[in-house]
Amino acid sequence: MGSLKLQGIHKSFGSVDVLKGIDLEVNDGEFVIFVGPSGCGKSTLLRTIAGLEDTTSGSIEIDGRLVNNTPPSERGIAMVFQTYALYPHLTVRDNMSLGLKQAKRPAAEIKDSVSTASSMLSLDELLDRRPAELSGGQRQRVAIGRAIVRKPDLFLFDEPLSNLDAALRVNTRLEIAALHRRLEATMIYVTHDQVEAMTLGDRIVVLHDGIVEQVGSPMELYNSPANKFVAGFIGSPQMNFIDAAALDRSDAKTIGIRPEHIQPNKKSGDVKGRVSHVEHLGGDTNLYLETENAGLISIRLFGEHQFEIDATLFAKFDDKRVYRFGDDDKTLQ
Amino acid sequence: MQSARQSYGRSIAAHAILATYTVIALFPVFVVIINSFKTRKAIFRSPLSLPDAESFSWIGYETVLKQGDFFLYFQNSLTVTVVSLALVLLFGAMAAFALSEYRFKGNTMMGLYLALGIMIPIRLGTVAILQLMVASGLVNTLTALILVYTAQGLPLSIFILSEFMRQVSDDLKNAGRIDGLSEYRIFFRLVLPLVRPAMATVAVFTMIPIWNDLWFPLILAPAEETKTITLGSQVFIGQFVTNWNAVLSALSLAILPVLVLYLIFSRQLIRGITAGAVK
Repeated sequence: MGSLKLQGIHKSFGSVDVLKGIDLEVNDGEFVIFVGPSGCGKSTLLRTIAGLEDTTSGSIEIDGRLVNNTPPSERGIAMVFQTYALYPHLTVRDNMSLGLKQAKRPAAEIKDSVSTASSMLSLDELLDRRPAELSGGQRQRVAIGRAIVRKPDLFLFDEPLSNLDAALRVNTRLEIAALHRRLEATMIYVTHDQVEAMTLGDRIVVLHDGIVEQVGSPMELYNSPANKFVAGFIGSPQMNFIDAAALDRSDAKTIGIRPEHIQPNKKSGDVKGRVSHVEHLGGDTNLYLETENAGLISIRLFGEHQFEIDATLFAKFDDKRVYRFGDDDKTLQ
Repeated sequence: MQSARQSYGRSIAAHAILATYTVIALFPVFVVIINSFKTRKAIFRSPLSLPDAESFSWIGYETVLKQGDFFLYFQNSLTVTVVSLALVLLFGAMAAFALSEYRFKGNTMMGLYLALGIMIPIRLGTVAILQLMVASGLVNTLTALILVYTAQGLPLSIFILSEFMRQVSDDLKNAGRIDGLSEYRIFFRLVLPLVRPAMATVAVFTMIPIWNDLWFPLILAPAEETKTITLGSQVFIGQFVTNWNAVLSALSLAILPVLVLYLIFSRQLIRGITAGAVK
């Protein structure tokens, strides 16, 4: 009931190509995340799916129906925006019911939908307030409620948590995950935050410069990134990239190793370096080694560890977790 | 009382400057109003003194109300100002919305073209405008004035409003589109209420020159039944004798409607001028 099929989506603004041929299929009930650095085209792609932007070429099918020329309100979608975008002059109730009123649905049905959505998001007490009287978290819940009321085939989220503070962000993230399980609806979610991407998504689409770099489940992306970009984008702190020549290896151009797959060793290891900085995060300790020939290497250790600044240490790589990248930055098997 | 942000000295200095400016700005108005209540002799003898029992006189107001059709002039001025203002705001806001919201070929050029009128005074085209009005049979009608004033007010209103419309959140307009609102409803229900302070600013800046204008009424609509109040007051200014009582009374009366309109817009106006300066 809510599948999506994109074929050869191109989008240019004047002479600037923002999307350069996107092909993607999203199955019914799936939670798909678009992730990528700013300017990669993820929001533009979402807005093209919503019908807020026309495609330069390519086709969009929602639920098997070609919607290239269908206005946003008839595409069977609902969208939640980063800035909430609530109508300032309407109460929460009117905000939520406006879409159905425009579609000329019977009053009883509208009332029913609004009360279902408001109890789902515990908005009952806020129904008669205006957006200005709500906190940021409440506003975003209203925006999500407005989307639910429309009973769309496809939910579109455009960085919905970016404007919330850290604590609220976690709560709302859990709420969205619960909502997805409960509604079993198809959801597409744009974010630049990889924690949101990894925790929410069934599948993640990594976008970069208007093309799809890789599509896969969170663990697929983490364990077998298709190329250097995906390897560097997924995971925090970022994967270490070392010039293969610096390690006297000739089987690749670049070697990649995640910070959590390196162990410090006092006596021997793959590279030798000097401790330049230590970050204590409580649960984790991040250690930065300025190495002789491989540049700055970050190491992530679990638990608390003490290191002297300027002490000499070796970094020992977990050989099974070393990634090799070729001249074209693709992962070598 | 001394506090971190304010000291007595500075506060007094600031108020002194503001008070001086207020006095300077209000002085001519004050002189016009007090003299309108004095006899002709008293006006010339001591123009700055307040009317007292001896010099007080309604003669100016009586002349104005009796001679000439003053209420008609008043009505003409008000019609022209209000209708022009409404048209300037409506068309200006619509053009500004189109320029800031839609991407089309020549968008920037169109914006520049529409704003060009700010730099070129419309009076340069007076002869052509007069020929146009004669050809279309609009001479001596209020329509002629309304058309000219609408054209005169549009450039500034488009320029200011399109700046403000750019600041209205795209997400809000897109949310409206997804909910199935038409572009007109998005414009009237979502965007216009948010740029209300800017509209008020434009309204005041547009209204005052129209109300005060003498040039176009004199050229395009000098007939008795289409005279505006500024033109009507000129009856009392003769080549050799000027009826000062009547002129001053007419001017005092002419302040009233602008004052009322200004009070209506002023609360919004202050927000409009300071918008962006402080969030």
